[in-house]
Amino acid sequence: MSDKNKKAILFLKDGTSFIGKGFGATGKTSGEVVFSTSMVGYTETLTDPSSKGQILTLTYPLVGNYGVPQKELELGLPLYFESDNIQVQGLVIHELCLEPSHWASNRTLDKWLSDEGIPGIYGIDTRRLTKKLRTCGSMLGILQVFDSAKKEEEPDFENLLQNCSNIIDPNLTDLVKEVSIKQPCTYNVDGKLTVVLIDCGTTFSIIRSLLKRGINVVRVPYDMPVDEILSYNPDGILVSSGPGDPKRNTKTIAVVRELAEKTPLMAICLGAQILALAFGADTFKLKFGHRSQNQPALDLSSSRCYITNQNHSYTIDIDTLKQTSLEPWYVNPNDKTVEGIKHKTKPVFGVQWHPEDAPDSRDTDIMLDKFKKTMEVK
Amino acid sequence: MPKFDWIHKVLVLGSGAIKIGEAAEFDYSGSQCLKALHEEGIETVLINPNIATIQTDTRLSGKVYLLPVTPDFVEKVIAKERPDGILLGFGGQTALNCGIELAKTGILDKYNVKVLGTSIAAIEDTGDRERFRQSMLEADVSPLKSRSATSLEAATQIADEIGYPVIVRVAYTLGGKGSGVAHNVEELGEIVTRGIAQSRIGQVLVEEYVGHWKEIEYEVMRDYADNCLTICNMENFDPMGVHTGDSIVVAPSQTMTNRECHKIRQLSINAIRHLNIVGECNIQWALNTQSEECRVIEVNSRMSRSSALASKVTGYPLAYIATKLTLGYLLSELTNKVTEVTTACFEPALDYVTIKVPRWDLQKFQNADRHVGPQMRSVGEVMAIGRCFEEALQKATRMLDIGKIGLVCNPEDSELESEQHIRDELANPTDERLFKISKALRMGLSISEIYRLSGIDPFFLSKIKNILNMEDKLRKLDINDCEAAKIIREAKRIGFSDMQIAVCQCTDEVTVRNFRKNAKIIPSVKQIDTLAAEYPAKINYLYMTYGGDEDDIDLSNNNSKVLVLGAGVFRIGSSVEFDWCAVNTIWALKRNGVKEAIMINYNPETVSTDYDVSDKLYFEELTTERIMDIYDKENPLGIITSVGGQIPNNLSMKLTESGANIIGTSAQNVDLAEDRNKFSSLLDKLGISQPLWSKLVSIDDTKLSAEKIGYPVIVRPSYVLSGSAMRVAYDEVSLENFLNLAAKVSRDHPVVISKFITGAKEVEVDGVCDGDNVLIGAIMEHVENAGVHSGDATMTIPPQALKIEVQKDIEDCTKRIVKALNIRGPYNIQYLVKDDVVNVIECNLRASRSMPFVSKTRGINLIEQATLVMLGKKINVQLSPMDTVPHVGVKVPQFSFMRLSGADPVLGVEMLSTGEVACIGETFSDAFSKALQAAEVHIPPKDGAILISVGGGQENKKRVIPIAKAFQEMNFRIFATANTANVLTASGVNATILYKVKDAQVNPNILDYLQERKIDLVINVPVTNSKTNYSDTLTDGYIIRRQAVEFNVPVITNLQLAAALVDVLKKNSQNEQTICSLNEYMDKIPWKYW
Repeated sequence: MSDKNKKAILFLKDGTSFIGKGFGATGKTSGEVVFSTSMVGYTETLTDPSSKGQILTLTYPLVGNYGVPQKELELGLPLYFESDNIQVQGLVIHELCLEPSHWASNRTLDKWLSDEGIPGIYGIDTRRLTKKLRTCGSMLGILQVFDSAKKEEEPDFENLLQNCSNIIDPNLTDLVKEVSIKQPCTYNVDGKLTVVLIDCGTTFSIIRSLLKRGINVVRVPYDMPVDEILSYNPDGILVSSGPGDPKRNTKTIAVVRELAEKTPLMAICLGAQILALAFGADTFKLKFGHRSQNQPALDLSSSRCYITNQNHSYTIDIDTLKQTSLEPWYVNPNDKTVEGIKHKTKPVFGVQWHPEDAPDSRDTDIMLDKFKKTMEVK
Repeated sequence: MPKFDWIHKVLVLGSGAIKIGEAAEFDYSGSQCLKALHEEGIETVLINPNIATIQTDTRLSGKVYLLPVTPDFVEKVIAKERPDGILLGFGGQTALNCGIELAKTGILDKYNVKVLGTSIAAIEDTGDRERFRQSMLEADVSPLKSRSATSLEAATQIADEIGYPVIVRVAYTLGGKGSGVAHNVEELGEIVTRGIAQSRIGQVLVEEYVGHWKEIEYEVMRDYADNCLTICNMENFDPMGVHTGDSIVVAPSQTMTNRECHKIRQLSINAIRHLNIVGECNIQWALNTQSEECRVIEVNSRMSRSSALASKVTGYPLAYIATKLTLGYLLSELTNKVTEVTTACFEPALDYVTIKVPRWDLQKFQNADRHVGPQMRSVGEVMAIGRCFEEALQKATRMLDIGKIGLVCNPEDSELESEQHIRDELANPTDERLFKISKALRMGLSISEIYRLSGIDPFFLSKIKNILNMEDKLRKLDINDCEAAKIIREAKRIGFSDMQIAVCQCTDEVTVRNFRKNAKIIPSVKQIDTLAAEYPAKINYLYMTYGGDEDDIDLSNNNSKVLVLGAGVFRIGSSVEFDWCAVNTIWALKRNGVKEAIMINYNPETVSTDYDVSDKLYFEELTTERIMDIYDKENPLGIITSVGGQIPNNLSMKLTESGANIIGTSAQNVDLAEDRNKFSSLLDKLGISQPLWSKLVSIDDTKLSAEKIGYPVIVRPSYVLSGSAMRVAYDEVSLENFLNLAAKVSRDHPVVISKFITGAKEVEVDGVCDGDNVLIGAIMEHVENAGVHSGDATMTIPPQALKIEVQKDIEDCTKRIVKALNIRGPYNIQYLVKDDVVNVIECNLRASRSMPFVSKTRGINLIEQATLVMLGKKINVQLSPMDTVPHVGVKVPQFSFMRLSGADPVLGVEMLSTGEVACIGETFSDAFSKALQAAEVHIPPKDGAILISVGGGQENKKRVIPIAKAFQEMNFRIFATANTANVLTASGVNATILYKVKDAQVNPNILDYLQERKIDLVINVPVTNSKTNYSDTLTDGYIIRRQAVEFNVPVITNLQLAAALVDVLKKNSQNEQTICSLNEYMDKIPWKYW
């Protein structure tokens, strides 16, 4: 069909609808509608396994400007992408760039979504949608891209409303299982140290950040038992970021509890929530999550405040940390949520943000350096 | 860490007059700085001679000194005030350079004044090219390949090593003054020689030229605890090679990937940490277009034009936060002023796109080069906000106020130009490049070809193409078609105005407006909130867009609301003074019970576009269409059009016709004064004298009238600002040329000619009328005789050489005119006085340029009174212009000729100054001397040398004799051109002949003397009453003037001004200049109307 006929509708569980133009793949999808305020980085965000199950709204209105780059490798891992595929269910934007311009680009965003079978909607008031999600919280919804020339594809509102009440909340499913690696794999840089990366939906950047520091990585499935993990003789454990509700990962929680007693351990995002749960603290779902590149994280032990990149829906309950051997390390000065935790005595810590995601070192890279140091002194 | 407890009193240095490279953005950042200091209970002392600024209001600052920002004057203020700390980062390069001098000469140590924020060492690391380069290498950040040189020989060698082309940059100058690209050794020689002369430290930098790389900027903040963040990044539409001040700038960046953004962001932070900046700074980068390779270009270790822009782009108040950081606060201890709940330690997320476009005024200058390049030449800028690039770009083109109704659909689009010419414009940009891109696309040049020539990213070019495609669609559209509404909606989304659509449809604006309103195509109001809707905003920083379907704010309340139209883009003739008026109007509305004082303006440099000032700020176009959109949404009591200068003034008639209520003088009466024909008739009816005049009916009739009136005659178009297209014609040929020009500028309005009275005094009054009471704020006398535009004239309050009877006549005429025009608000009237006879030449029914000068000098806030009147109240003060104040105020223009290569510094009826200063003193010469220095005129030293050259015949030349004699009496060495020297010698003045520049081989030559700084002042009075064009580039006079400008030697082209300077020099030797604050002067005024 011609692009001109490609229409789309975004339908929220509360009955709100947005009608716009369609792009990417034709078809219907459902998921949790969330928003991210990052102004750049759509190739990274869309492929971040933490986004699994989501219909992602980008608040910056011009999207696709620099196109989609080809898979160029650095240390064996693609740049620009965080996994091999698009992870979101659908994409919601204000304006789609049809004529991108960048030396690294080899296709348009539209083409990429088409190629990967992901529907997208553009030409809607994404600010109105964002304000809605901010007020009512992240919401389940349906995104349908259809050919307006074909009467039979025309969506029926009654139907959509009905469909909406039947959507399964992706947070009630085992999202981590879907995105975790199936078989262990090794990235060897002939380093002195080896880290076992528990893959709950890791990004390529996490792996690359370790490799760049001369650390060998054994990437293992999220549910690998402790003794199997220890058979790799790791100098440290890294629990990766990932999608969904941390509490569903009971196996991983138990494994992390045990490993934390034995070896230095660092946890990122979902990993940090798992670490908190492992030590008996609680987690809860944020109203609309933290999805942006501008979240402040204040170090409670100093006057330093870092600007961090985040992508998560759940967070650690600060009050429940009191009864554990963990303590809050970083908080978000905006909503006072926990951004980092550490063990009172052991070399074990976790952060809510992604310390790993830039070509050159970012401020928050120090967390990975710190992790390396704890392994070296061990 | 809370603020340092030892800070009780802080001295803030301002930037002085508006000049190219230093404009109103420093009023904005300075005002925010003062506000931040006051909140902390810190006493403030401000030095800034720019009387038209908002920061020099004693209600905003503690103490205000209207004095030059030079080390001597600042030292005197320090000695008197004894501040604990000094802030150098809020007054542009002027303040920074002054601060360095103060530190180097030990003055700061002597008085134990601490530099707050970025240290002097760090400032020098960024200002000195070689130190900067070293510093960057240490921080592992790549600078451009380059080396500095202090001689031509060294520069040539470096250029050979790097390979041509190279760019030559001059150390320690404003906005890249003196910089240039050299493609060969000849060009290098020319640029380097001039650059070394202009640099404060005699140094230039020769560096690798990165032509068409992307130019990227980051605004960085850092506190004492090393917390560091970037507030905003900006991408220049124009690639490297065009000064960022002269570039179209887009924020946030559009064509950079996540990796590129983060790479440059982190490198910026690394660089700033290494430099140890505390507060705010701007860092510029060149980014390769084929790789992630980048080079750091420069760091401005202070608030800059870009940082003011970034504040408006993001809503993050950089200057305010930077001030707090210099006091010791940490970023995380401060609150985001927009949400009032989140921390200031974050990086704003935008959900809109902004575009800044510079505004030039190069056409006003005789002989000025219209190319744009590494040296900044623009005099103003606009910023447009939209939900897509096209919308913002088209808004911006309208905001420029250069007659465009958008990027396309302008009458000149169809003017024929050769492809060769267009290609040349694309490759060698002028102030019109943006419009040449559309032309090139229309001619069929491909995007890739345009990119090859211009280096402008294809992303931007394809957006421009979208606009052109829509124009085609609109031209073909049948409005009755069922798809019409859909297409018009899309056209509105990409920024088409009703007028553009009307042009395409061969109909009028109102028809289009009605059509779209019927089709429910109306814009929505969106808020700028720093966090892309993640948190609710508490402030009303607004814009309008067709890229949305919901208003962010509740517009249904019944609050009393008044819309105030700001000044729009600054250009020559409209500058910070109108911002002062607009902001004071907002304040006065608030004080007088208006619930919502709403500002509409789009100039990112200004205080009026600070969301803190008004209850609501619409950062929007000043067009009838947009103002009516807002009017429809807000339903205000009315609109104030008389305080923002000529743009709002010109809109009042159309707004009235559109059904809006104009508060103040009615549009019909504005028309009576602005329409030259109607106004002259009115004066005849009132029996008030005016120069003989005649309306332009046909060129031939007018020629006859001119014969009758007698040459010279002045050609005056209606509804124009700054004497645009106003010309003095000495004969029939020039008359015809000027009439054609005037008719073009003033398309819909009449042109008149009137007798040009020579040798007359010019006098102005500023005041307010409420229908019954006529308040005259002051009578101002010009130092220069009539013929110099009032904006370029030196003015004094009170008059120094005007008889009391004449002043009374002026008072009487004023009252009669004001009443006849039924003025309800501010006004300004200009008079000519010859042989004690008063003639009226012009009346403006709006706030004038001199309003802040009158208000502050006379201790009466005229805008406050005008606002009262506009709200239907009566003037509540009693003041006659004859009531004297115990001091003299003198206003002096500031020129930026050095920035405008080729421009002739001769003054005439078209305004050329970019800014002004005013100082107050006990006598005229006390005030004038300070004001001259404040306008960067170096007052010649006692036993200095002067070059005199007067055009015309013996009689003309003789007029300079008394001045020459006075200089001789003061032991000046006097040089003169041959003919002038003969006249002088004959009258007993000892003048040495210098040979003209064109006789370069003959010694002693003027050029050598200027170059070697053997001359401290040039008095060059050109012939004005001849048929020849005195600005002909080949004339000797022009070359002398231009060379003097190039070598930074003051040039005086007016005899009255020269005489006034003589007076200053005589008295300077007798008296110390008084150092008093504006507060002290105001306290001594017998009335209290401030």
